[in-house]
Amino acid sequence: MNAAQNIADTARPGYSEIERLEALLEQVTDPEIPVVSIHDLGILRDISLDGDRVTVTITTTYSGCPAMSTIRADIRQTLAQAGYQDVQVKQSLSPAWTTDWMTAQGREKLREYGIAPPQKSNQGHCAMISPGTAVVCPQCGSERTECISEFGSTACKALYRCLDCAEPFDYFKCI
Amino acid sequence: MNSKANKQDANKQDIVNYAIALGDDSLTLGHRLSEWSSNAPFLEEDLALTNVALDFIGRAMMFYSYAGEAEGAGRSEDDIAYLRDCRQYRNLLICELPIGDFADTMARQFLIDVYDVGFYTELMQSVDETLAAIAAKAIKESRYHLRRSEQWIKRLGDGTGESHDRIQRAFNDVWGYTHELFEVDKIEESLINQGIAVDRPALKTDWERCVQSVLNEATLDTPDGQWSIRGGRAGLHTEHLGYLLAELQFMQRAYPGLEW
Ligand SMILES: [Zn+2]
Repeated sequence: MNAAQNIADTARPGYSEIERLEALLEQVTDPEIPVVSIHDLGILRDISLDGDRVTVTITTTYSGCPAMSTIRADIRQTLAQAGYQDVQVKQSLSPAWTTDWMTAQGREKLREYGIAPPQKSNQGHCAMISPGTAVVCPQCGSERTECISEFGSTACKALYRCLDCAEPFDYFKCI
Repeated sequence: MNSKANKQDANKQDIVNYAIALGDDSLTLGHRLSEWSSNAPFLEEDLALTNVALDFIGRAMMFYSYAGEAEGAGRSEDDIAYLRDCRQYRNLLICELPIGDFADTMARQFLIDVYDVGFYTELMQSVDETLAAIAAKAIKESRYHLRRSEQWIKRLGDGTGESHDRIQRAFNDVWGYTHELFEVDKIEESLINQGIAVDRPALKTDWERCVQSVLNEATLDTPDGQWSIRGGRAGLHTEHLGYLLAELQFMQRAYPGLEW
């Protein structure tokens, strides 16, 4: 289902305004991974409506993530285009973001995009010592992969290589 | 004004100063790491160092913005970062040391990563909710940082003769700056007693054990030098901080009040 259809649907009776806002915000994506929405990433924490004022609460992925200011601006712009002028974007610190909040749909979109989705973190699984289970190659599905670097093109990704199809790929690390 | 209100104000200012000091640790180290941008030994390492730098700078923003709010005097995180001179910075000295070569950078980073994992684990228990929330974010990043720096220490120590000698020398050179990580003054002690600040002296045993076990595995000696240098939390710095701030604060010094 595409976003435009979703938004059109929510204009019909039976949908609440919050559902319409949710559908609108589904269009806001991570500027560095444009296939996943902020909802799919789990950084959209809350939407509330008080009269004409919309308050959108988001959380940061990594402390210094430079995408956050773009995401804030995109939220404002998307809602402004739909007629919402009074928009407040709040940033919540606690509880800290975890990749476990990523939706199943978000994980699938990442994989299709060529990024291995994060594993479920499962208490301490991501801790420094335990190496974790195999990261699956998003290209060929092989479990024979190795880490090239703990950091990829952005703070949230690590760089891996597939030993079967020989392709390098990004892994969205679990945190 | 009654004395109770005075006391509360004094305590509030202590918390503000504490948050600023933690921000200073993060900002100075983050700035140092960012100096590797486009200068690292290879591309992946360049990306890794700059990503770690961003994590530290992000922490500094959170600590400073909390300090600004708690203080209530209208200072923004940028004001706190850009409008203070050396003697007003409160970072631990180890954070401001120059990057040196790759061995110097990784030795310092490893020692701080071990320290940070211990420190933020404890800060998560702070009765101050904001400090605890910042710590809950930072701990996840520091665990990851440590995983990487630990691997580098083992690779360099147990690598070639030259990499072994250079990482050993790096540890020897930085060791005297580690004592300060576990020393607190009266004001911080009082914050510890109130459950706000981390009891840093209590972190030392675990830190030593962890550092020593990794150095052993890396075929390195744990330095036993008796020298030590301290003063960061009191605003007494090495000559290096002035140069760091001259670059970090260049825009605000050249064009006061400039905004992005
Ligand atoms: Zn493959």
